[in-house]
Amino acid sequence: MSDCLVEIKNLKKSFGDLTVLKDVSLSVEKGEVVSVIGPSGSGKSTLLRCATLLETMDSGELSYMGEKACYTDAQGRCVYASKEELKHIRKKFGLVFQNFNLFPHFSVLKNVTDAAIVAHGVPKEEAFANARRLLTQFGLEGKEDSYPCQLSGGQQQRVSIVRALALNPQVIYFDEPTSALDPELTGEVLRVIKSLAEAHMTMIIVTHEMSFAKEVSDRVIFMENGLIQMQGTPEQVFTSENERVKSFIGKLGNI
Amino acid sequence: MSVGKIILQLLDGSLVSIVIFLLTLLFSLPLGLLVALGRLSKDRILRSLIKVYISIMRGTPLMLQLMVVFFGPYYLFGIKIKTSYRFAAVIIGFVLNYAAYFAEIYRGGIEAVPKGQYEAARLLGYTPAQTFLRIILPQVIKTILPSVTNEVITLVKDTSLAFVIAVSEMFTAAKAIAAAQTTMMPFIIAGIFYYVFNAVVAFAMARIEKAMDYYE
Ligand SMILES: Nc1ncnc2c1ncn2[C@@H]1O[C@H](COP(=O)(O)OP(=O)(O)O)[C@@H](O)[C@H]1O
Ligand SMILES: [Mg+2]
Repeated sequence: MSDCLVEIKNLKKSFGDLTVLKDVSLSVEKGEVVSVIGPSGSGKSTLLRCATLLETMDSGELSYMGEKACYTDAQGRCVYASKEELKHIRKKFGLVFQNFNLFPHFSVLKNVTDAAIVAHGVPKEEAFANARRLLTQFGLEGKEDSYPCQLSGGQQQRVSIVRALALNPQVIYFDEPTSALDPELTGEVLRVIKSLAEAHMTMIIVTHEMSFAKEVSDRVIFMENGLIQMQGTPEQVFTSENERVKSFIGKLGNI
Repeated sequence: MSVGKIILQLLDGSLVSIVIFLLTLLFSLPLGLLVALGRLSKDRILRSLIKVYISIMRGTPLMLQLMVVFFGPYYLFGIKIKTSYRFAAVIIGFVLNYAAYFAEIYRGGIEAVPKGQYEAARLLGYTPAQTFLRIILPQVIKTILPSVTNEVITLVKDTSLAFVIAVSEMFTAAKAIAAAQTTMMPFIIAGIFYYVFNAVVAFAMARIEKAMDYYE
């Protein structure tokens, strides 16, 4: 087996008549940081949602560390693994949402420990110690007993990153983690993600922050119209002569 | 008849009213949740059946429903009605009716929880049951409390409808004394009773709402 952590092959996905992902293949190695950029509506979120099993794909193949979550049979139907197998596969990834999706009725500490304790059977003391360590690491010490509504957007997003990390995933997906934040709060969240990149956390990040993507990524993927139009190192993509890439990056103009 | 004596005679009735009130809540609140889940279920047949049930409960007078529950077994199946069934019929009628109202309230509350909450829970490995009980339901309860309070206050007043099948709750008792003694006094006392009962209920509900104020 290669070092492939995530492998997506020939993913196709439609919503009714609308074909959102036409044929997307992507494999990500352990320790790799991949940024996904592209215009809105190009299918970036749908790609992450298929990869995290929030959406079922129409055809294609998805595997984590060689374990197949789904494949396409000879009749062209996408066949998913059993509930038990999927439950096991779900432990391998985490997802950080654009709008955090923290649990409003749980304190910060409970938000980041409850799943470990209740859904994964981690002993309480261990879960609390782990969570406290992570909260401190991300500048959230003293916030354990706060509720999400008492935190700034940047703090909430950091809590949601800690919530994902607390379950020790192999890979974390980010879907525009700073898009819901005021500009002055994006920096603190990007710094946290950057520190994870430096620690060689495997990450797939959908973002509109071009300079951030350039800085942290090992690879940048440009998506448009449900296809990966181009991928390569940040240098290759950001200096590309490809007209579509150029015009997209030019429009954002914050390199 | 002195006021004191009237109050004494009404005391039994007031206890019956309170018991009807408590038993109705005890059964209709959980039943309403089950009905709401059925109303939201993927099973088309179950969903339609529940829709019909809810629309009948909300579309016909509770007084009529109480009479159907009480007299129905005799008229429909020829079963002889025992007097001991009187009280049970009141509770069954109230519970069926209030469960329908509560179901619609629960449904609104469940639908108001953002989809992202379910998705986050799924990603974190919660089972569907854990997701509902730990993540969704607590948020539902908080959002529906004001509407539940309204229904509960209505219930206090609705308990007087038990008079139609001659269960001697507060209002039935007041009516009987008023007729025998030709005085308005029992009705005034009954009115005060309902008013105070409601004030207590409103106070208790406000306390519960306040207890949930720790987040938004
Ligand atoms: N659940 C859905 N039902 C119908 N259409 C959807 C759904 N999710 C996404 N889409 C559509 O798919 C397209 C791609 O969406 P998305 O993956 O969110 O793009 P991006 O994240 O790149 O902006 C959009 O046109 C969007 O409206
Ligand atoms: Mg998106």
